[in-house]
Amino acid sequence: MNTNPPQNRGVTAIDGAMVLIVILLIVQIWLLSATLESYLAGHREAAVPGAIISAILFAACLGLYRFVDRIDSDIRQG
Amino acid sequence: MSWFRKPSSTPLWQDEFPVFTADERYVNRRQFTKFLTLTSLAMFAGNLWILARSLFHRSPSYPRQPVAAAGEMEVGGVKMFAYPTAQDPCILVRTGSDSYVAYSQKCTHLSCAVYYEKDQNRLECPCHQGFFSVADGSVLQGPPQRALPRVALEMKGGQLTAVGMDGESA
Repeated sequence: MNTNPPQNRGVTAIDGAMVLIVILLIVQIWLLSATLESYLAGHREAAVPGAIISAILFAACLGLYRFVDRIDSDIRQG
Repeated sequence: MSWFRKPSSTPLWQDEFPVFTADERYVNRRQFTKFLTLTSLAMFAGNLWILARSLFHRSPSYPRQPVAAAGEMEVGGVKMFAYPTAQDPCILVRTGSDSYVAYSQKCTHLSCAVYYEKDQNRLECPCHQGFFSVADGSVLQGPPQRALPRVALEMKGGQLTAVGMDGESA
């Protein structure tokens, strides 16, 4: 039996998605600083994998945002 | 199936500014998630900028600049000079009878001036105790993460000339 009140539906899922996005964002900030540090040290070969991994992290964030958006839409519009 | 939310029958202003507190929690969370995603996009743009800089990087041209005359310094002696511009202090060290090395004097940590420590045969940054090898400018100890940029030298006709910089991102 679902005891969760209707106005709380999906909030836990949204909170979980937000936590995941924050974790991905921390990794992405670290990645940017590490790539910049390598670039300034003259190691230009680090730029390509840095950009690829950053793109993957951004795509994951976008996917999670889409997930949050869909839940919000489904719950509030019925 | 659309990528984002279903088209709403209610006007946008009603959707974004709900009357009920329960609905407001969803809007706040969605807007915060959007902000985080846009921050992620900004990080990605930063990485793309670094990629573009590295792909379209052109090697800078450096002037030839006389630095010292052969025999002007004793072995273990040091001479300061500026290269490639007057705002770039460098340090020249005579490490042997026929060997000279020169590095940028700006520490790669926070740009304090490094000096030659003759007893330990290393370059030292006094601000945060960073140490660099005289042989190649690599970090021996301390907070710096990168080696000192090295000045390329050329000995010709008894004159030591600076001809370029190694290990520096322009």
